[in-house]
Parts: sequence; C-alpha cells; structure tokens
Amino acid sequence: MREQASAVKERGAATGSDLMKEPRTLGPRMNTKKKLILYVSLAGGYLLAVMIAGLFMEPELYGVNYENKFLLPSLAHPFGTDFMGRDMFWRSVKGLSNSILIGLAASAVSSIIALIFGILSAAAGGKTDRVINWCVDCCMGLPHIVLLLLISYMMGGGGLGVSVAVAVTHWPELTRLVRAEALQVKNAQYVKAAYKMGRSPFQVAKEHIVPHVLPVYLVGLVLLFPHAIMHEAALTFLGFGFPAGVPAIGGILSEAMEHIVTGKWWLCLFPGLMLLIAVMLFDLIGDKLKMLLNPGSGNE
Amino acid sequence: MNRVKYIGSAALRMLLLVAAVSVLSFILVAASPVDPLTAYVGAESTLSPAAKAQIAEHWGLDEPPVTRFLTWAGNTLHGDLGTSITYNLPVGKVIFSRFWYSLALILAAWVLSGVLGFIAGIFAAIYKGSVWDKCLKAFCLVLQSAPVFWFGLLMLTVFSVLLGWFPLGQAAPMDKLEADVTIWDRLYHLALPAITLSILGIGKIALYTRQKLIEIMNSDYFLFAKARGESMKQLILRHGLRNVSLPAITLQFASFSELFGGIALAETVFSYPGLGSAITAAALNADAPLLIGIAIFSAIFVFAGNFIANVLYSIVDPRLKEGGYRA
Repeated sequence: MREQASAVKERGAATGSDLMKEPRTLGPRMNTKKKLILYVSLAGGYLLAVMIAGLFMEPELYGVNYENKFLLPSLAHPFGTDFMGRDMFWRSVKGLSNSILIGLAASAVSSIIALIFGILSAAAGGKTDRVINWCVDCCMGLPHIVLLLLISYMMGGGGLGVSVAVAVTHWPELTRLVRAEALQVKNAQYVKAAYKMGRSPFQVAKEHIVPHVLPVYLVGLVLLFPHAIMHEAALTFLGFGFPAGVPAIGGILSEAMEHIVTGKWWLCLFPGLMLLIAVMLFDLIGDKLKMLLNPGSGNE
Repeated sequence: MNRVKYIGSAALRMLLLVAAVSVLSFILVAASPVDPLTAYVGAESTLSPAAKAQIAEHWGLDEPPVTRFLTWAGNTLHGDLGTSITYNLPVGKVIFSRFWYSLALILAAWVLSGVLGFIAGIFAAIYKGSVWDKCLKAFCLVLQSAPVFWFGLLMLTVFSVLLGWFPLGQAAPMDKLEADVTIWDRLYHLALPAITLSILGIGKIALYTRQKLIEIMNSDYFLFAKARGESMKQLILRHGLRNVSLPAITLQFASFSELFGGIALAETVFSYPGLGSAITAAALNADAPLLIGIAIFSAIFVFAGNFIANVLYSIVDPRLKEGGYRA
C-alpha cells in the first residue's frame, strides 16, 4: 500500500515539475504542493478521460436495443438501460463529454471577453470604464437562466444556440475580477514610471497589466467551467439544445423525468451523479490552482 | 436627506436598467430566426397565404424592427404587454396570476435556506475541526454543486414515488376545484419544490456564515470577552451573531437572481404553475410577448432584491449610516 502511495506521489511530482518550470518559488514545504498537484492532475485526468472517451465512442455502445428495456443496473449495464434499451452508462459518458466540450469552448470565449473588457476598462478608465461597468450590471441584472433562454431563443435553439448562449453570458463576473486586479497594477509605482518613460497604454497593458492579471484570469477561467457545464445541462434539461438522439446530461435527465412515476430511479440518479462529480472536480481544480498560483496561500 | 437621494438615484438606475433590458430582450427576440407567425398558426397549418399576410399585417410584422419596438414600448407603457400565444391571455394577466405561485415558492425557499444555512454555519464554526464540521462542510460543497433539477428529480423519486409522502408536483390537488383548495393543500404541494430550490442557497450561506464566524472568533474582542469569562453561549449571542447576521442577510438578499433562475428549473421538475415554467414554455413555443414580459419582470425582481439588501445594510449597520450610503 505504502509503495503504491509513494509511487503515485512521485508521478504527481513529475507532472508537476513539467507543468511548473520553477517549483522553487512556491515555498520551502514541497509536500503541500505535491499533494495539490496530485489532486489537480487526478481530477484533470478523470475529466480528460471522460471527454476523450466520449469523443471517440462508437455510437453502437448506446444504441437502441428494445430487448433490454428498463434493465436495472448490473455488471453489463452499470447504470441500467432506458425505455429504448440504450445503455445509460455510455449515454451518460457521451453526454458528459459533450457537456465538457461545450463548457471548455464556452469558458474560453467568455474568459477572453472578460480579459479584454476587464483590462480595457481598467486601462482606459473614464467613459470606457463606465460603459463596460454598465454592460456588466445590465447582464447581471437579469437572472442568468433568463438571459440564457433569451439568447438560445435568438439563435433559434438547437445545439449551437445552447453553446452560444453559454459562451457569451459567463463573462460579467470575471470581468469584474480582472478589472479589480488590473486597477491595482495600474496604480502601482512601476506602471506609473513606465508611463512616464513614454510607454503607450497598449505597451503597458501588454507588458505589465496582462502578466499580473494572468493568475487571477486562469483561476477564473477554470472556475467558469462548472458554471458553464451546469448551465448547459440546465438548458438541455428545459428542452433546448440537441435533438433527441444526441445524448446530453440535461436531455437524459429530462427523459428520465417521464419515467420517475413508474419508479425508474436509476435513470436519473447516475447521470446526475456524474454531472455532480464533474462539476465538483472542476471546482476542486480551480481551488487548488488558486492555491498553487498564489504563493501566499500555497502552504496554508 | 441622504436616504431620499439614495432612493432617488436607485429608482433612476432601475428605470435605466429596465429600459436597457427591454431593448436588449427585444433585439434578441427580434433577431430570432423563429418566425412568430409559423409559431402561432403551427407549421402544418392549412391557412391561405392571404390569411397569413393578414395576421402579419395585424401584428405589424412587416414593419421595420425600430417601428415595431416603438409600438411595443408605447403599448407597454400603457400597461399592455401583448397577448401570450401559449396561454391565450394578456401577458400582464399571465405574469400576475403566476407570480403569486412563484413568490410563495421563492420566499419559502429563501427563508428555508437562510435559516437552515445560518444555523448550520454557526454550529460548524463553534465546533470547528470536529467530525460534524467536516461532514457539514462536505455536504454544503456537494449541495452547492448539485444541479437543482437533478436534486428535484431525486426528491420526487424518493419522497413522492418510493415513500409516497408528497404529491407528484402541481400546486394543488388535481381532483379539487380551485375554490376548495385549502392553504394546507398549497403548503403540502409547496414543500418539495421549496426544499429543492433552497439547496441553491443553503450551502453558500452556511459556508459563508461559518467562515465569518471563525474570523470573528479569532478576533481580539472575542478573545477579550472570553478572558472576561463569558460562556460560549454568551460569546456567540453577544459578539458572534450580531456581526455575522449582517453580511449573511445581505448575501441572502443578493441571491434573488439565482432563485429566479432556479424556479425555471424547479417548477419544470414539479410542473408547478409559476413564472419559471411559464418562461420556459414561452421560449420553447416562440411566445415572444410573454418571454419579454417575464424577462423584464425578472430584472425588476432582481433589482428589488439588490436594492433591499443595500438599504437594509445601511440601516442596520451604524457605521454605514454615518458614512452615507453605498450603492
């Protein structure tokens, strides 16, 4: 047992030093860091595995098979089967994989919007700042789901509609974070000195503000995933998004809703559990990354 | 004087916000490729093109978007939000009649999550580091990440189907006339959706309360009170609760936005006839007037929550009263 544990630890450390070029800067006590990196790589590995498994999955695995309708969970079908005899385990994996893909794309788009707006708002100040702040207030003034519904509707529903809706609605909070962080740098002596030495605002933004804001941005980006995934699932649950044949966690759960009355509990328990675990793992990665990237809290 | 000024500026901001939200929702809905006419008559309608053109003309569909917006805005200012296709009723009426159902649901969930979360957070902080604390923390983290609709489905499965303690959704018994429905029927039907919705806030408020109380327990004045020989109960009641309750209440009021989003999911699971299920139906059935109406209504609702939080904060916290109001 102990050998196994230390082997795992070493593996974690190896990937860690690949990820972080300068492990020394993170403080003298390496143990906490090793543990953090181990957690992050394990969680990330699981999520990556689910995503890749879903991407390269043969559709036959969750194909229709009327002979196996409503089977209870068993070794052959760990999550049971549904009303068309489709294997729920593979459907859930495929659905979660789709959700993660959409979540990744959406977070990427949203976080880039947030980065640009946040830095622009802090660096330009004045009217630009006020306009951007007002946009943020506006978007946060509507309940998120309502905004998602409106945008899905604008895109005419469908998978694309859901993806776009999730992608363009997650920036306001991160914009605020980035802006606050950038404002801090903006008032620092060295930035003022850079201005005095004739650097243009763009150069200052590129050389001083962006590198400083990057850690906050990265953590914010990772912490966007769980929201994005959850909202994608919520939208598909409400009936937007993919056609019935394409597995999506939300769609699976909304189908399961129809069979609840007849006591088919496994149809909703396991797919939801997978979604929950994925969301929690993304949260965990975000939290641990925050600790890793912030030397102050790295060893707490 | 200060307060009047603050409320005045808040009212102005709300007007601006509502105007912006109206324009935004109108643009979004108008840009949709979903044809309102097809949505209204159905894709396989046998209506003649002439009749269709007549409806389009009646609705002003052939006019440019700006004119349509102005007409719509004018009507809205006169209190006419249009007619909902889904329910075949004026939008204002739909919103008004469903709002009470949703309000009951939101308030129940709001109080439930606030009270339970607060108490749980205080106990976790007092017994910090114990098994209970750890369990509670883990539980809260799980609740925080649990999708509302999934939790609702589980509740429905366990308590309605397997145990049979609660009804399978709806807001009142199916076999009773509207007039015969008692308040107990309502509460009985409200219980599960309210519990489901409350999980949105409970973890957050518990973790927050715990964190704050631990901070307070590490403060000098707490230590001093302890040195004076106050018991744990006195300590918590005199020094803990007062300082924790304020930020917790503010946080709770700021959760209106999430709660409104949550009802869309919770009401769908429990087929509860509130605004949440109405906006979902509106978006799915291309019912543009209802969609915009509820969107604007939700913006006002969220603004009211934030506004109450700010005013309450400034009234209850004496330090802020002296320093003026923070928006």
